[in-house]
Amino acid sequence: MSKIDWAAFPDARGHFGPYGGRFVSETLMGALDELQKAYEQYMGDADFMAELDHDLKQFVGRPNPLYHAERLSKELAGAQVYFKREDLNHTGAHKVNNTIGQALLAKRLGKTRIIAETGAGQHGVATATVAARLGLECVIYMGEEDTRRQTPNVFRMRLLGAEVVAVKSGTRTLKDALNEAMRDWVTNVDDTFYIIGTVAGPHPYPAMVRDFQAVIGREARAQHLEMTGKLPDALVACVGGGSNAIGLFHPFLDDESVEMIGVEAAGAGIESGRHSAPLCAGQPGVLHGNRTYLMEDEHGQIVGTHSVSAGLDYPGVGPEHAWLKDTGRARYVAVTDDQALEGFHRLTRTEGIIPALETSHAIAHVLELAPTMRPDQSIIVNLSGRGDKDLNTVAEREGITL
Amino acid sequence: MTRIEQRFAKLRSENRAALVPYVTAGDPEPAATVPLMHALVKAGADLIELGVPFSDPMADGPVIQKACERALRYGTSLRDVLGMVAEFRKTDVETPVVLMGYLNPVERMGYQTFAEKAREAGLDGLLTVDLPPEECDDVAGLLENAQIAPIFLVAPTTSDERIAHVARAARGFIYYVSLKGVTGSQTLDTSALAARLEAIRQHTDLPLGVGFGIRDAATAGQVARVADAVVVGSAIVRLAEEFDGDPVGFAHAASEVVAGMRVEMDRVRASGVEASV
Ligand SMILES: Cc1ncc(COP(=O)(O)O)c(C=O)c1O
Repeated sequence: MSKIDWAAFPDARGHFGPYGGRFVSETLMGALDELQKAYEQYMGDADFMAELDHDLKQFVGRPNPLYHAERLSKELAGAQVYFKREDLNHTGAHKVNNTIGQALLAKRLGKTRIIAETGAGQHGVATATVAARLGLECVIYMGEEDTRRQTPNVFRMRLLGAEVVAVKSGTRTLKDALNEAMRDWVTNVDDTFYIIGTVAGPHPYPAMVRDFQAVIGREARAQHLEMTGKLPDALVACVGGGSNAIGLFHPFLDDESVEMIGVEAAGAGIESGRHSAPLCAGQPGVLHGNRTYLMEDEHGQIVGTHSVSAGLDYPGVGPEHAWLKDTGRARYVAVTDDQALEGFHRLTRTEGIIPALETSHAIAHVLELAPTMRPDQSIIVNLSGRGDKDLNTVAEREGITL
Repeated sequence: MTRIEQRFAKLRSENRAALVPYVTAGDPEPAATVPLMHALVKAGADLIELGVPFSDPMADGPVIQKACERALRYGTSLRDVLGMVAEFRKTDVETPVVLMGYLNPVERMGYQTFAEKAREAGLDGLLTVDLPPEECDDVAGLLENAQIAPIFLVAPTTSDERIAHVARAARGFIYYVSLKGVTGSQTLDTSALAARLEAIRQHTDLPLGVGFGIRDAATAGQVARVADAVVVGSAIVRLAEEFDGDPVGFAHAASEVVAGMRVEMDRVRASGVEASV
């Protein structure tokens, strides 16, 4: 396992071992070639990188802290728990790291219209935000079910000037929003830039979004070294499409002593079938432009998913995670809706931080993991987003009317 | 010669263009599909494109999305669709049948199993919209052995370099997507089409089919002037929605559309314009 040259992935055609690739209709192949060229050119362009760094600092507020949760660590009586505070970014989640980068690319390519899919609405808000700032037209596709679950974010996007289209096809959640965004892109490919919100989709998206999110892991690694003089023992992040997780993991891939754990949504429980855990309970297939682990039936139809958190409610996962799972470099677990809610309350009460429900899955796992470790060991948890958008959902589950 | 080659050779000798209706298998109900295929042949279809329903038809507009949803009400699977092809073959050994769909159901069945079953069923071609030639190395050999033609798309956005690449991998015919967009989009502009087809012909001797946006007999006729095959999908599938619950009425209405196109396409070709291949 230690012999894998992680930096060599993906290959030139976007493959992570058997995963990834570019499985799209012919109409998009030209646009993806154009995007790949631009991405390769500008990631090595000093002016572009300077502009990106400037925006991450002055607009997003990076670097954000690596916070030592001393009270929680003491209560868990095990490993020291550190939170990478992506919730403190402008717009409240890690998603903006990626939208800033892609919007700058869109501008370089002369595109005048931005589209995106969104589940929890965090990526939609982050996209609408950068579109507003750059004066670009913006259309956000969101499953109708999610527009209901995440009304505050729908309103935020509209305030920012975006058109929010409620998608009524299929299961009316994130996967259907992605289908609809792809249809828009195929139709308006000349003037439109599609900002995919996670490390999924056709090549180069999984690699490009990873590279924009890797700032999380680069900062966290340096901060942890500075604070403790050593590397952490484990990294924990929730996995929907997998962008906050890969952003944290990627800069540590060569650090063999660092264990990586991705936390999927077990929804009502893996046995119930009502979950969103393709890595834990799915199998490889092809959807949304790449080969990866999917939730599908015996005939290859994608099945409906369930999670209390809209941002994890997706039947696929980024192809690099599929590869990290098969190689054994990372391992993947799943926690239920109920466990996630426990994590949500525990962090809120113990540390005074209200996390997103997506993030609460990672926290729930840490509540189990930390006590199995020694106090001289440490865990970095990606605190991928803040929970303001989820207050309605939490209240509703607990029978409270706001 | 394969069934597809025979069909195009015959049409060429008659100076006619192929009429290729698309229907989604299992729409509006599974029992309706085989009789519908026979009815379409009777009305003048030369080749049938049979859609394999998929839960996430990303390249399709609302009309075919709904057709997939109707077919999936009955759980119409790839296995079922191959069964329909076998049933059709019992009484029609000449009309080529091409499956059109998405990769995942084929991948789930397994490429080897698919190739064997498809051959047994008498299938002639496979078009998976989300499988570009770059990704088809695993599949190509298996299909070739089973004499199933891999059919590929060329789009308005396809560069010359890519056309050459597609042409090398393609068998049977090449499907030119006549507009940017999903199936069932706005009506097609036929004037630019001739030049575009000419450019593709620089790279291949395969017959060229044209589809997306052909919704009436007049457009079908104009396309038949310059293309070797005319593919009609949403204009037919639209009727399945109208006749949901009435498969006989649907077959009748679909046949009328096909027959009208047949007459116009043959009239255009007979009025002196030479086939361009
Ligand atoms: C706060 C937060 N965390 C995590 C996710 C899941 O996405 P990913 O797995 O790409 O990080 C989302 C998605 O909306 C989110 O809003």
